[in-house]
Amino acid sequence: MNASRSNAMQLSFSARSENEAFARVSVAAFVSQLDPTMEELNDLKTVISEAVTNSIIHAYDCDESKMVRIEASIEGDSVTIIISDEGSGIEDLELARQPLYTSKPELERSGMGFTIMENFMDSFEVTSEPGRGTQIAMTKRIESKKALYN
Amino acid sequence: MSLHVDLEHQRHILIVRLQGELDHHTADEVRARMEDAILRGNSTHVILSLKELAFMDSSGLGVILGRYKLLKSRGGKMVICDVSPGVYRLFELSGLFKIMPIHDNERDALSSLEVAL
Repeated sequence: MNASRSNAMQLSFSARSENEAFARVSVAAFVSQLDPTMEELNDLKTVISEAVTNSIIHAYDCDESKMVRIEASIEGDSVTIIISDEGSGIEDLELARQPLYTSKPELERSGMGFTIMENFMDSFEVTSEPGRGTQIAMTKRIESKKALYN
Repeated sequence: MSLHVDLEHQRHILIVRLQGELDHHTADEVRARMEDAILRGNSTHVILSLKELAFMDSSGLGVILGRYKLLKSRGGKMVICDVSPGVYRLFELSGLFKIMPIHDNERDALSSLEVAL
């Protein structure tokens, strides 16, 4: 494999809960070309799951006719993931990012989604417009298993 | 992807073994099966064994916390065992460790509850 690699993929799927697993497995398969460790792969799967679940539950209120979109790109040893929806948007971003805060306590949500995304990735950015949708952009550098042998 | 829930009653203790992936999609089933088993079996305590759990996200934290509250309101406890490094990090981040003891395996979890009786 060459040192300066660049690669990209896009995925668009119905806002159905069974697609949460599809989304995280697809992104994990795409990122596997960087030879990530099990822990890095698990981190990525977890944040994808969090972001996609947010779009399904909060942005679309479980309306399965809506679509969630994922773009993933690889630049060198970093992967950037953008997850977006055209749902209800987030009124108060600062409040939504507070650990343990949830707008849907009746659904037994833990309120940890954004906290997990911030902790598991190297960079995390959320932009949202009420009534228009939300976009989450995250980057992670993959140290790769190869580093262990050097 | 799916999730398998294995339930075993040992007198007043319910052992719940989760196998597969626990996310928003599979959380409802875990919630319903555990709730039903606790109430039907009149279980005081629950041991949640995560040895075969391949994946979990914050939806899993919500389900675990919800059943913890139910048990606590009935005067019981929830203990967790065989936690993978990935799940461990989620517990750490959310502070779940502060309210639920973690044990290496089912046997240790079981004896911790029997001592507490």
